[in-house]
Amino acid sequence: MRNDIILAGVGGQGILSIAAVIGLAAVERGLYLKQSEVHGMSQRGGDVQSHLRLSDSPVASDLIPYGKADLIISVEPMESLRYLPWLSSSGWLVTNSTPFVNIPDYPETDRIMSEIRKVKNHIIIDADAIAKESGSARSGNMVVLGAASGYIDIPFESLSDAVRSLFGKKGEEIVEVNLKALRAGRNFIM
Amino acid sequence: MHTLLLLGDEAIAQAGIDAGMSGMYAYPGTPSTEIMEFVQGSREAAMKTIHREWSANEKTAMEAALGMSYAGKRAMVAMKHVGLNVAADGFINAAITGVNGGLIVVAADDPSMHSSQNEQDSRFYAKFSFVPVLEPSNQQEAYDMVFAGFEISEKYKVPVMLRITTRLAHSRSGVKRKGERKQNALTLPSDPRQFVLLPAIARRRYHGLLGIYESLRYDETLGSFNQYYEGSDRRLGIISFGISFNYLTENYPDRDVGMPVLKICSYPVDNSLLERIAAGSDELLVLEEGYPVMEELLKGILSGGKSVKGRLDGTLPREGELNPAIVAAALGLPATRGGEVPEIVRMRPPSFCKGCGHADMYNALHEALAGYAPGRVFSDIGCYTLGALPPYNAINSCVDMGASVTMAVGAADAGLVPSVAVIGDSTFTHSGMTGLLDAVIKNSPVTVIISDNSTTGMTGGQQSHATDRLESICEGLGVDRKHIRTIVPLRKNHEENIAIMKEELAYNGVSVIIARRECIQTASRRKKEAVKQTDNK
Repeated sequence: MRNDIILAGVGGQGILSIAAVIGLAAVERGLYLKQSEVHGMSQRGGDVQSHLRLSDSPVASDLIPYGKADLIISVEPMESLRYLPWLSSSGWLVTNSTPFVNIPDYPETDRIMSEIRKVKNHIIIDADAIAKESGSARSGNMVVLGAASGYIDIPFESLSDAVRSLFGKKGEEIVEVNLKALRAGRNFIM
Repeated sequence: MHTLLLLGDEAIAQAGIDAGMSGMYAYPGTPSTEIMEFVQGSREAAMKTIHREWSANEKTAMEAALGMSYAGKRAMVAMKHVGLNVAADGFINAAITGVNGGLIVVAADDPSMHSSQNEQDSRFYAKFSFVPVLEPSNQQEAYDMVFAGFEISEKYKVPVMLRITTRLAHSRSGVKRKGERKQNALTLPSDPRQFVLLPAIARRRYHGLLGIYESLRYDETLGSFNQYYEGSDRRLGIISFGISFNYLTENYPDRDVGMPVLKICSYPVDNSLLERIAAGSDELLVLEEGYPVMEELLKGILSGGKSVKGRLDGTLPREGELNPAIVAAALGLPATRGGEVPEIVRMRPPSFCKGCGHADMYNALHEALAGYAPGRVFSDIGCYTLGALPPYNAINSCVDMGASVTMAVGAADAGLVPSVAVIGDSTFTHSGMTGLLDAVIKNSPVTVIISDNSTTGMTGGQQSHATDRLESICEGLGVDRKHIRTIVPLRKNHEENIAIMKEELAYNGVSVIIARRECIQTASRRKKEAVKQTDNK
């Protein structure tokens, strides 16, 4: 078993929380894991990505080679396209549809969507709207993870457990909101 | 023991806690920041009363660590690569004094300059100083090398460098802990003159250091991190240093490269290992993350005939970090690139947070300077460096910590009057204070704007030594109290702030304008904490 996942978004959108949930679930299941993150300068509203590699045998490189990613999980539509050189021909792209516009030359949404639709295996989900329905506009990242969960070789229950232990410190209410968001994303693809 | 999921930085921190470290010293700098943050957040570190406060800069951190080592206890000091420039005087001379308690210097290099102004390779400093280096290829090695580093440091009485790069610092993986070691007791050096580097003593110690460096080549603990892998295809022998080993094996699904491979993760290297792979293969390929430090050594000036491929002959790019694709190309393996990035995808550079005080400060400065010719704003290292980007285009320099103040002084000397320095509060106490003293001594016509967000912002909001002290520091350095002005960079104060800036720009002497408003990131974090506290009551 081997899952090479690229997480994409803009600094502050919570991609490291997605990585932490998958990472925790993977470790609990005894999988090998390497997860490379971007810290520092780029976190201030810049594009950020994380390479997450899960395997039942030791992982060599912290970086996923080009063309080898099984999955791109993006919390921002334009950012999902930035990492296409890494996506394998059979890989899936799962992205939020709500743009995060903090640059003057942000492209038209229609053009972004048409580029995403050119990718053979793609899922576009309005994670912001679904997150709002679930009770927290800030848990869009968990909605996207839920929508992508079918393409990760980890049982959904393990991901839910990881959400519980990761957000546990922040209180039961936060845990429930995030679990609801995760399930809503999951239901979107089922 | 339970496997922990740790960043390379965190693995080093946890290992320090487990290996009997008594003091952790650092100044924040990407990609090294999380080492100290982890120690500060660790309950075990608190229980063991490990010293773990941020230092004013890397030099003070280095020297405090050396002081703890002098007193017989284990110390670790961590910094980003350019921080080692600041600490270099202490670092290089610590090799001459040697150590008493174990001393590890963590240098976190940033090839490809993800968050830095250059991609200098700290291994050069180690070679220059005759200090052994451990360079982990994964998080577990990073953890294990702290134990080994302290052991080697105490055995040979030398500081040990632990060199990591961005990818390892900021990549998480499973790490198994070892049994814990007790901290050392307070013990002074057996030779009371060991740390007194008068020339006669320094010459003796330097002679000793050169001998130690040669014997380190054959040290078993150091050598245990190097490994030779046989291979039947002897047309090419590959020498990998540090994490480049991973990029090599990534290209072979069963991890069997099929060619002789020498994996090196510690220095100085036992030359017989290099001779063995050279003798056993027709050509050599050298993979190293950073500068071609070892490649240059292997090639020599009068090449002995063996073809050495790497960064110098174009087999690998001369600059930037390695990755699996670059190594695949060097090995002649086919490229695996997926689809291309669509043309509509735009760059998304980092930018000021919404509501950031630095932005209001720059807006006021822009108008205050309207009557002067452009090109007179010297800036520094921090979030406010983003003022270089549109729409602000507000600064003309960003060189090294503190250089804003001193470059403004030099430019004013040359006749660029007024000259303006824009520096952050934490950068000011890191390296701006001495430059301000220079300005005071010659009454230089400079206006120093300290953009005070009361934190070390760019690295994530660490405590700033400047907080609540800036006015008294500037006054103590001799700046006229009338020309130390404090403003609050808010839109509602815009006109008033412009007026104050204009007054000080017109003053023919040293002015300091403290533009003080808390970082909105730390402010919102503080509010959330306060709410949590109230909820728990």
